[in-house]
Amino acid sequence: MSDMAIRMEHVYKKFRKGEIYNSLRDLIPALTGRMFQQRELSEKDRREFWAVQDLSFEVKQGEAFGIIGHNGAGKSTALKMLSRIMRPTKGCMVVNGRLSALIEVSAGFHGDLTGRENIFLNGTILGMSKREIQSKLDQIIAFSGIEEFIDTPVKRYSSGMYARLGFSVAAHVDPDVLIVDEVLSVGDYAFQQKCIERMKEVLRSGAAVLFVSHNLKIVAEFCHRCLLLDKGQTVLMGTPQDVISRYLQKPNGNAVDNNSGPVSISSVRIRNEDGECILFRSGEQVWIDVEIAARRRCNKLSVTLYILDDKLAVIFDTSTDLLGHGEFDLEEGDSYRCTFEVCLNLAGGTYYPSILIYRRDIQTVYDKWEPATTIYISSDGGVRGIANCFPHVIRQQICQASHADAAEIGWNSVVPDLNR
Amino acid sequence: MKEELKELFKYRELLYMITYRDIKVRYKQSIMGFMWAILMPVLIVLSGVIVRYGYAVASHAPLKTADIAGVAVKALPWAFLVSSIRFACLSLISNKELVTKIYFPKEIFPIAAILASLFDFVVASAALVIFLLILRVGWSLYLTWVPALLVTMVLLAAGIGMIVSAAGLYFRDVKFIVEVFLTFGIFFTPVFYDASMFGEKGKWLLLNPMSPMLEGFGACIARHQSPDLHWFAYSLACALLIFLGGYVFFKHLEPGFAESI
Repeated sequence: MSDMAIRMEHVYKKFRKGEIYNSLRDLIPALTGRMFQQRELSEKDRREFWAVQDLSFEVKQGEAFGIIGHNGAGKSTALKMLSRIMRPTKGCMVVNGRLSALIEVSAGFHGDLTGRENIFLNGTILGMSKREIQSKLDQIIAFSGIEEFIDTPVKRYSSGMYARLGFSVAAHVDPDVLIVDEVLSVGDYAFQQKCIERMKEVLRSGAAVLFVSHNLKIVAEFCHRCLLLDKGQTVLMGTPQDVISRYLQKPNGNAVDNNSGPVSISSVRIRNEDGECILFRSGEQVWIDVEIAARRRCNKLSVTLYILDDKLAVIFDTSTDLLGHGEFDLEEGDSYRCTFEVCLNLAGGTYYPSILIYRRDIQTVYDKWEPATTIYISSDGGVRGIANCFPHVIRQQICQASHADAAEIGWNSVVPDLNR
Repeated sequence: MKEELKELFKYRELLYMITYRDIKVRYKQSIMGFMWAILMPVLIVLSGVIVRYGYAVASHAPLKTADIAGVAVKALPWAFLVSSIRFACLSLISNKELVTKIYFPKEIFPIAAILASLFDFVVASAALVIFLLILRVGWSLYLTWVPALLVTMVLLAAGIGMIVSAAGLYFRDVKFIVEVFLTFGIFFTPVFYDASMFGEKGKWLLLNPMSPMLEGFGACIARHQSPDLHWFAYSLACALLIFLGGYVFFKHLEPGFAESI
């Protein structure tokens, strides 16, 4: 097992919640109080909870491993144990080689020191030797793009410069294991791209990357394997596609349980020619199958499909009614199915198709799944935004100011066929 | 413990960088700059001179240069102990970000605080040498005791520093308690006075492990005598014990730092 980079075996972590005495003034009365009045053991047990339970996984060298889960699922606790900031209550783990964490890239900065001094300070905190930093200093400064201000105290920096400098230092540590925790959610677009580029580079060099994020699109694109945590327990480990769809199913399952209305959505599936999927190409034809069931008799229903972008803005909205199929009635126990055929003319990104059942004349929403599922559109590049209009450049001209007749030449040389 | 020391050695550059940061930040942007290192010892020396003058008047004995030199010599190590323990006590809390985010041996923080104070001590010592030359104290072979006394001093400060920093992380009122002890500690430690002034009862004062060390500095620098060997051995033993005990205590609590801070 020489190519193993991280191994966790049956790791548990217990936290105590509730009152914690953080001053002697509180502790001493509490201790004397405890002596005189015997507390039940169960109360102590109740105050404890397991943040991580029986966590086992392995990551090989050159592998990207993602951990996803809702807030409080134990993702960060797992990473903190791996980076040895916290000690597991039970279990054992092995990390092969130098571990570097892109968690808080500017945690070690001190405002009164200059950018240059902070590079050395943060570099040593991240585990580089002084000589190593010295040799990479020019690269680090160039990468950060703030050569001009490198001898200014960092407290005068803008927050963007701060983050950039922090990241350039962290990016120049050559780790065997790289841990990335939510760092992508704070930066702007360019910063995220830099992070991803860097992670890919690290992967190519044969290191393992452990990646924690709520940004499922990046997880889906980047990770080889994925782990889903819920309340500290492993739900599923497998390919990103499987794990992400399982992660997205969960709230839907709850919605069904909670719904006691007369009509409810029982399933929403999205598929392409090859079957059910969540990762699509821009412009791809997909089918969205909706199944609804009636508990009681209902009239004049229609099914609405709408799509939200990653900022939860509605970018597309239609319904069976609007598409000319009219409203339909359901008897008690009936079920209804419909399929929307949709062309995903969307630019790359994350989108949330959502479904609701609606009766127009009394303005009632019977059931709503928002989002019904999450899809990722991969685009060949070249377009940004939301819509993909599949543009092509069919003519291009360069007008040179110095030669009045240059425009004519440029025109003809790019599209010579036009005149034919 | 061997493993832990090996790891600390591995992180020696970080210790150096954190010490450098602590020193740099303290001297940067302060009007007084290096005078800062001298201010506190000067104040202690001045108050010592006043106290000694009071003794002299009360006992109708003349105020000797050796007495003033003795106060000056003892003021510096005392100022070092006070500032190093104070900074060490806050060192973990004020580096919260690093304690919770990144792994490395955390004893680096209290130790760096002590090394930064040691830097102040060295600066102030240069001033002290000039002062002693003005007083024409002179020198003797007993000065060879100074390194041993310095080691005792640093061990003691580091041990106490590690204990109070770890305790201060768990209990927020530790820093106030430490502050009170540092303020009034000067009355329980022979800085302004000599333990010998109390005659037989003076030995109770020497039980404070800082006392024999301070008396030792006074003896070998100002009075050209050998320190009291028994008491020095006691002081050194206490310092070693506190240092090792403090280190074990710190290392024992360290795994809980990130979740308790």
